[in-house]
Amino acid sequence: MDWGTLQAILGGVNKHSTSIGKIWLTVLFIFRIMILVVAAERVWGDEQQDFVCNTLQPGCRNVCYDHFFPISHIRLWALQLIFVSTPALLVAMHVAYTRHEKKRRFRNGEKIDIEELKNAKIHIRGPLWWTYTSSIFFRLIFEAVFMYVFYYMYDGYQMPRLVKCNAWPCPNTVDCFVSRPTEKTTFTIFMLSVSGICMMLNLAELCYLVIKVCMKEPRKTT
Amino acid sequence: MDWGALHTILGGVNKHSTSIGKIWLTVLFIFRIMILVVAAERVWGDEQDDFVCNTLQPGCRNVCYDHFFPISHIRLWALQLIFVSTPALLVAMHVAYRRHEKKRQFRKGDQKCEYKDIEEIRRQRFRIEGSLWWTYTSSIFFRLIFEAVFMYAFYFMYDGFRMPRLMKCNAWPCPNTVDCFVSRPTEKTVFTIFMIAVSSICILLNVAELCYLLTKFFLRRSKKAGNSKQQPNHENKEETKQNEMNELISDSCQNTVIGFSS
Repeated sequence: MDWGTLQAILGGVNKHSTSIGKIWLTVLFIFRIMILVVAAERVWGDEQQDFVCNTLQPGCRNVCYDHFFPISHIRLWALQLIFVSTPALLVAMHVAYTRHEKKRRFRNGEKIDIEELKNAKIHIRGPLWWTYTSSIFFRLIFEAVFMYVFYYMYDGYQMPRLVKCNAWPCPNTVDCFVSRPTEKTTFTIFMLSVSGICMMLNLAELCYLVIKVCMKEPRKTT
Repeated sequence: MDWGALHTILGGVNKHSTSIGKIWLTVLFIFRIMILVVAAERVWGDEQDDFVCNTLQPGCRNVCYDHFFPISHIRLWALQLIFVSTPALLVAMHVAYRRHEKKRQFRKGDQKCEYKDIEEIRRQRFRIEGSLWWTYTSSIFFRLIFEAVFMYAFYFMYDGFRMPRLMKCNAWPCPNTVDCFVSRPTEKTVFTIFMIAVSSICILLNVAELCYLLTKFFLRRSKKAGNSKQQPNHENKEETKQNEMNELISDSCQNTVIGFSS
């Protein structure tokens, strides 16, 4: 079970998304997951090995690394991407349930073409609209929460070159140097920007769905 | 999600590209992405481990490495390849939208729709004209911009394309000036020059494709202007249909020779 499997699962959801939803999914896979896998993981690969402290005291480097990096950026991004992708599965489950109900009615003797059932594109109306809109809402919440957690945990989005550590067993205050801070800052800002773009796409999709429903209501009443 | 997945996604775009576009895609995958994965990543693999400074001062090596290599070549190339590949997705989205519209027309039972079934709509290759021409041309334009920007970023960041053997570093906490030695500088220079050369070839292919599309556009316009003066319309429609079929046949022959499987 890896990113490829997640892509296979979410690819199925793509069929029932709006156009903005499809663009969001493409941005997610190409500019976030792919960048994470092919580039960011190499940049953070040697983060503990090349975290160097100006002391010979055993254990000091371990303790300082743990103090300044409670959860590595890479793991936080992986968690963020998984949480943000998952609400789309609510939609997939709803669509599967709707199809199952139609098949059941077909088997009970109602006249529905089974091939059409398999291939039909289910429109985003009624209870599916509510499921789809809630999934976008949850995506937005998860994105915002993770962005805030990042900001809170690392005091901003810049990776410092030097961190001063005085956790026991380090003697007094010790200078510790982070590995590749500029490259890490660049990728952090990149991932943050793409996260912002994804949030805007989600907001646009939400507005589009709400407007669509509001425009249908006056037509029904007239 | 890795380079293989990108290959699958872009393979689908290949069907709607011009011949030069197909060559460009082949060059991209074989001479850039594949070289990056099988060779360049090994060369740069030990770049920080074997970056050695003539000092015992802890932290000096980290700081000097960070100062001279703000973003590693490998990451810059990975970003460049992703950004350069992505405009092709605009074309894929446009084609998918057109197909969707045609399927909608077909389902409504529109008299104008000339397809016999939905499978034919799925398999149909769209010609690069009308709004698709604009999308395709903009995608080539964006590719050119991204290539140029990244080449400039490379040149600016590393003061040229050569990897020096020795760097003199005096960032804190290094004492005074310290000599630092780069790992595999000659091999890195060779690969940098290779990647730059292939990048330039890709730029030339994109420029050629742009010229080809513009020429085709102007020729078509002048033909239409000429034809509308000389002959009545209903004769033209048959001729153009025959021309279209001939083109499709010759292009599908090309597809079997060059193209990726979609």
